[in-house]
Amino acid sequence: MSDYNFAYLDEQTKRMIRRAILKGLAVPGYQVPFASREMPMPYGWGTGGVQVTAACLTPDDTVKVIDQGADDTTNAVSIRKFFEKTAGVATTTSTAAADLIQTRHRIPEEPLREDQILVYQVPIPEPLRFLEPRETETRKMHSLEEYGLMHVKLYEDIARHGHIATSYAYPVMVEDRYVMDPSPIPKFDNPKLESAAIQLFGAGREQRIYALPPHTRVVSLDFDDHPFDPSRADHPCALCGAEGSYLDEVITDDRGGRMFVCSDTDFCETRRDAAKDEVAA
Amino acid sequence: MQMLQTTDPVEGGFDNIPTQSAHAFRAAMTAMARPGTAHVLSGATAPAPTSPAAATLLMTLLDPETPLFLAPGHDTGALRDWIAFHIGAPLVGPERAVFALGAWDALTPITRFAAGTPEYPDRAATLIVDDAASGWDAAILTGPGILNEAVADLPDIDILARNAALFPLGLDFFFTRGDRVQALPRSIKVRAR
Repeated sequence: MSDYNFAYLDEQTKRMIRRAILKGLAVPGYQVPFASREMPMPYGWGTGGVQVTAACLTPDDTVKVIDQGADDTTNAVSIRKFFEKTAGVATTTSTAAADLIQTRHRIPEEPLREDQILVYQVPIPEPLRFLEPRETETRKMHSLEEYGLMHVKLYEDIARHGHIATSYAYPVMVEDRYVMDPSPIPKFDNPKLESAAIQLFGAGREQRIYALPPHTRVVSLDFDDHPFDPSRADHPCALCGAEGSYLDEVITDDRGGRMFVCSDTDFCETRRDAAKDEVAA
Repeated sequence: MQMLQTTDPVEGGFDNIPTQSAHAFRAAMTAMARPGTAHVLSGATAPAPTSPAAATLLMTLLDPETPLFLAPGHDTGALRDWIAFHIGAPLVGPERAVFALGAWDALTPITRFAAGTPEYPDRAATLIVDDAASGWDAAILTGPGILNEAVADLPDIDILARNAALFPLGLDFFFTRGDRVQALPRSIKVRAR
């Protein structure tokens, strides 16, 4: 196969990460500190997700990696190749065919199954960090369940803009206990956090792992008179016609031309292939 | 046929550590993520009375960084030697243990173990309840990892309900028997059926 230990990391590192994952699953939404290793890629490229994936992989797995929904961007291609080389695992771009999906900033459109694992790459795991820079303080706030500051922030959004202007990394409450940063997924994806799959979050630079077991209650923070709204661009996908998927805006010329297309490339291609088959039949 | 128990401290480890521990961890993680479901966990064999599932769990999760408490019954010279050779985990009293191994009665009272601190709830012990006893009570489980309800046989519903009431503090449990493992994290509410 290769001259690497299976999935790159040494066994003792994997055990340390595995113990952190188990504690993360036992306390959903709580950020478990772990001794993040230096990986052969820069921070910000998914070192946390890669370490979590490496600790979870078995040689029988098929891996999918997406970056903003796309299978064919640099980050996704590099990480897929990394695991092909160091773990010898099969890779795929199909959501349905994957056992483990590592994602940067999207949740696949297709609902995940019980036997799948979704691993998130997380830049800043602490939802309170931009409100309170001191780790000692945010840790105390989590322990005391003191989340008033987060509601003040959302309220200030409403006071200033008339609505909650946070559109990604929208904070959620996990099992009525921990406020959690769902990583910078669009808030459109927040309802999909209540999933049948196991969801694991890895922040390499910040050295934190957290987790959501299947069917964990995850509620996006809001107010009675300003309920959570998972907004999306008001267009169908220009390629597949989907009306319920998250869209990217693509600039097509320098005269204001633009189109909206599915951000989830596998979802879009599967739909277009199905439409083609229908025409052929 | 595979040996179920070994007496030689050098025997009973993994043949292929990366692959076998990867499969074992996947089983243990799925058990922890889906309380009430049983998973096959095998590959390692340790001296009696340790079950293959418990031996595999020790091989997969423990190393010289994880202090282990061996409860009476499991605290034998043969198992100490096996752990020293294969794992190297320091053996300690219950108060300092990160993991504990034993039958349920030998592990109680469980209030001896670290349940974490409000700021670091992850600093709580994981108990491997390696118990072949029968006649446990059926309990109804609800909480993260379970869609509606799950049912599991538990050794003492009152004690485990009290542990869950400590959430986010509390102990996490693996129940091993033969080559099967189930888990009960502290986040799960338990009540008698």
